[in-house]
Amino acid sequence: MPQRFKGAGVSPGAGYGPAKRLVRDVPRPDPDARHGGDAAAEAERAAAAMEETARALGELGERAGGDAAEVLNAQALMARDPALAEDVRKRVGEGASAARAVSEAMAVYREMLAGAGEYLAARVADLDDVRDRIVARLMGAPMPGVPDSDVPFVLVAEDLAPADTAALDPRRVVAFVTREGGPTSHTAILARSLGLPAVVACPGADTVAEGTMLLVDGATGEVAADPEPGVVETVTAAAQARAAAAAGAGGPGRTADGHEVPLLANIGGPKDLPAALEHGAEGVGLYRTEFLFLDRADAPGHAEQVAAYRAVLEAFPGGRVVVRTLDAGADKPLEFLPPGGRDEPNPALGERGLRMMRRLPETLDAQLAALAEAERDTDAHLQVMAPMVTDAADAEWFAAAAAKAGVQHAGVMIEVPAAALRARHIAEHVDFFSIGTNDLTQYTCAADRETGGLGRFQDPWQPAVLDLVAASAASAADAGRTCGVCGEAAADPLLACVLTGLGVTSLSMGPSALPLVRAALARAELAQCRAAAEAARAARGPEEARTAAAERLPGLAELGL
Amino acid sequence: MAQRRVTVQSEVGLHARPAALFVEAAAKAGGEVTVAKGEGTPVSAKSILAVMGLDVRKGDEIVISAEGDDADALLDRLVEIAEAG
Repeated sequence: MPQRFKGAGVSPGAGYGPAKRLVRDVPRPDPDARHGGDAAAEAERAAAAMEETARALGELGERAGGDAAEVLNAQALMARDPALAEDVRKRVGEGASAARAVSEAMAVYREMLAGAGEYLAARVADLDDVRDRIVARLMGAPMPGVPDSDVPFVLVAEDLAPADTAALDPRRVVAFVTREGGPTSHTAILARSLGLPAVVACPGADTVAEGTMLLVDGATGEVAADPEPGVVETVTAAAQARAAAAAGAGGPGRTADGHEVPLLANIGGPKDLPAALEHGAEGVGLYRTEFLFLDRADAPGHAEQVAAYRAVLEAFPGGRVVVRTLDAGADKPLEFLPPGGRDEPNPALGERGLRMMRRLPETLDAQLAALAEAERDTDAHLQVMAPMVTDAADAEWFAAAAAKAGVQHAGVMIEVPAAALRARHIAEHVDFFSIGTNDLTQYTCAADRETGGLGRFQDPWQPAVLDLVAASAASAADAGRTCGVCGEAAADPLLACVLTGLGVTSLSMGPSALPLVRAALARAELAQCRAAAEAARAARGPEEARTAAAERLPGLAELGL
Repeated sequence: MAQRRVTVQSEVGLHARPAALFVEAAAKAGGEVTVAKGEGTPVSAKSILAVMGLDVRKGDEIVISAEGDDADALLDRLVEIAEAG
């Protein structure tokens, strides 16, 4: 009986093989377990297991190299931590068995790390893995990790830790599927570096019986259990066609008949620049600046901000860099900002983005001043936009603040339906629009982005959303302004063609999506994009819109889209 | 007892690689080595779990203390790690 699961595709390609589960079930020591009476011998046993574990982790690290080695080395240091060893010895002295003493001593540190910020919370998984390895050793249980197999398999897990993946033989794995994880999880990073397909955040797939045949599409995020005959060939052929097309696509974004649509990258800081350049970004369409402000007690200084902006501007000489000013609010609270809106019952509709900055103009002014200075002496074309702009008064206020700071090109994000509907008034005040389709969809369909079970309303293919994109693009064109899209929608190759047909002038997306979007545009003529856009807007729902658009873009069929 | 105050410059604070280097260097010392965040309670600089638990970020000031004959050379090394960008 075929069964289908849907997750997030984070590493493209198709893989087909039997499901094998990661061994994670390390026995838990009995909460009352006591040793036989010889505390010294039991303490010795605990110390030996910890040292053995540290040594094994160190060896895995040496074999893995790179970022994984760093994590594994830190885990080895945890296993031979003298403070931990002391605590274990004390607990054994009080009668606890070695396994229980290790488990309890590590729970103390676990609690400390779990409560202390996002970065440390992520290290809890590393710590748990170290504990499981020591406890397994002490209890004579199989070591957690990747299963052995003679047949290539699909590795299924709740999530993957660096130690699991370091021991992995890539020739034995055809794809990864995890229930948890996101685009930046270890699973995603590893899969991309190995060139293996991966789907993360895929609930349900981890419940299939061991050995069930799984077909994984790392581009669409679809996972099929016991697929029907023929499906495997279709999906595999489509994945190969996509890979070949993406590899073959180069140069600036343009349609088959030469209509230019600059393809830009969404980045969260200078750390994302290598990926953007590697995938041929023509500039940056969304530079999120929150990383400068999060998790710190005070606002970043002028010099620090200038350096962070200049690093990105210098990477694109002659190109365009669109910076979004600080997008804070109740859902992304900042330690140094007054807690005004933190108790908002509905943060998505609260004091966020520009609304927050209007209350804290000095923070915005400082950021704008740093941006203006960063542009000096670079060849890039800096554009600065405000998030969560609602009406013309918002746009006018932001444009005045930008001009006062010396920023030459001010724009706004179109995320609020009110802004899309009255874009003609907003265009009087600013140079450009950038449509944030994630929030625009959330607000248009009144469906929280994070709530499960509302998938149909979180789909940018909703014709109502397409109508608002069309309205914004038309108003921009009338006023001689540009109108880009920066959001997940731009990363969907079919939708990218439809957006182009709706009059969108540039597309910005996560860097890894660029090659396939470039390949899709190169297979569509502008007139076809327009026909697809018209057909999608005439549809009654997102699925119908997709089908109607695909019919009018026959060139994309060879990409399996 | 020798002591140094230093402002951490690493982007990731005293986490990840800088934390590992710091603890590995401290672990080589014969005597006691401690580290505290600002005026906080000192913890063993040889314990990665304790050092990570301090949650030292970029720009935080730390106080490193060491005992023994080689204390100054050790502190030089630890300061160097904390100050590395």
